[in-house]
Amino acid sequence: MSFLSNLINGISLGSVYAIIALGYTMVYGIAKMLNFAHGDVIMIGAYISFCVTQYMGLPAWVSVLAAMLVCTLLGITIESLAYKPLRNAPSLAVLITAIGMSYFLQNVALLIWGSNPKSFTSVIDADPIRLFDGQLIISDVALVTVAACILIMIGLTWFTGKTKMGRAMRAVSEDKGAAQLMGVNVNLTISVTFAIGSALAAIAGVLLCSAYPTLMPTTGSMPGIKAFTAAVFGGIGSIPGALLGGILLGIIEIFGKTYISTELGDAIVFAILILLLLVKPTGLLGKKVREKV
Amino acid sequence: MSLLKVEQLHVYYGSIHAIKGVSFEVNEGEIVTLIGANGAGKSTTLNTVAGLLKPRSGSIMLHDKSIVGVPADKMVSRGMALCPEGRRIFLQMTVRENLEMGGYSRPLNEIAESIEHVYQRFPRLKERYKQIAGTLSGGEQQMLAMGRALMSKPKLMMMDEPSMGLAPILVEQIFDIIKELKNAGTTILLVEQNAQMALSIADRAYVLETGHIVNEGSASELLHDDSVRAAYLGN
Repeated sequence: MSFLSNLINGISLGSVYAIIALGYTMVYGIAKMLNFAHGDVIMIGAYISFCVTQYMGLPAWVSVLAAMLVCTLLGITIESLAYKPLRNAPSLAVLITAIGMSYFLQNVALLIWGSNPKSFTSVIDADPIRLFDGQLIISDVALVTVAACILIMIGLTWFTGKTKMGRAMRAVSEDKGAAQLMGVNVNLTISVTFAIGSALAAIAGVLLCSAYPTLMPTTGSMPGIKAFTAAVFGGIGSIPGALLGGILLGIIEIFGKTYISTELGDAIVFAILILLLLVKPTGLLGKKVREKV
Repeated sequence: MSLLKVEQLHVYYGSIHAIKGVSFEVNEGEIVTLIGANGAGKSTTLNTVAGLLKPRSGSIMLHDKSIVGVPADKMVSRGMALCPEGRRIFLQMTVRENLEMGGYSRPLNEIAESIEHVYQRFPRLKERYKQIAGTLSGGEQQMLAMGRALMSKPKLMMMDEPSMGLAPILVEQIFDIIKELKNAGTTILLVEQNAQMALSIADRAYVLETGHIVNEGSASELLHDDSVRAAYLGN
């Protein structure tokens, strides 16, 4: 039973990673940049939700919507202020800007909310499910997290496959210049990508802190890096890859911590990433497209 | 009447002066070709007209309106389409999705009809409409690139090296299609290294050499011009 319960915890944690990884992977696919500030948008989202429930006394679902709204605007703002001017700059400049943006967000949070950890109250208030005479307990947060992840995946698959904006996003991710020739406004498409990624980050932040309730300005950085790992693991740029990478990473982390060593849990995660990249540099679902002449 | 008029165009890549005062015009209903060797500036000229590159100076008029500084993504709705060098179709999308992208700037309800038109012109694309574009052969990819450009119903269709990398029989097929497009009323600006083929279907031609226009005239004249024959037709 403990194996099953660990597996469920792993899938639940992995779902959070997957939701974050989607933001990394979409932005990478479309803007060809690694947005290292993405993890900190998660933290901001969690703080917004925290403030709305604790200080304004509003219901949890309102706080989630508020977090999504604020993060969406934040994502668009970050992109237009920090990254857009560097659209034609070397990728190293963009990377360093993203790292700088990450520290900037952490320090802003430090100024506003201080360094003392806040105790986040779960936004989900339901009874856990007990199976096998109470031997297997599935928490409400785990259930909602997995469900949210599945819904988001279905939504995104529909969006990128069927809507005009989604098509434009796929076109831009393949060939910016050609997409422009079709009449696609590349800047708008990139803004929308940041908006979606950041809204997902807000959801991830709320879910993450509902399961692990310590909230402080650095809360987003480790999950951010792990989700980035998950995105690379699954094949960066690939939406199903982000899901697969996230879930696998969550399971590996929980199993590593339970059965091998709590301290080495993160080391195991990253060691497996290195091994995988040695064998398959494009990640699990990443593919190289050969061009025909 | 001139549909496109380019005057004294200067384009730089950083400090490299790639286009040095190029002037040419394309009249409605014509096929005009820019020929020249590799690196002469043919693609640069097309990409600048299409808005992908910004000229340092000079004027580009489409329908007597300046289009300098208009971003590339606004050009389609002004009636201009570029079928770029190397085709640049969306390799991970299906044939049909590629065509739908071609009609991106048009209202959704008109797109299905245009796709049928493209299928009529390129029956091969209809057979493969569900296939991922990356799996098509080179000739089919070129047809898809042309079909995709046609989806925007352009007044002026610009084509950059449509014959590149194709077997001779396919090259002829592609050039036949270009002639058909002209007969159907599309104005065409064609950039080609295959000068023989380009001159044989064009009305007028300009010869580009290291960023200058060194010769111009009716295509049949240039086809028999000694200096052009020596430089570009290999005899």
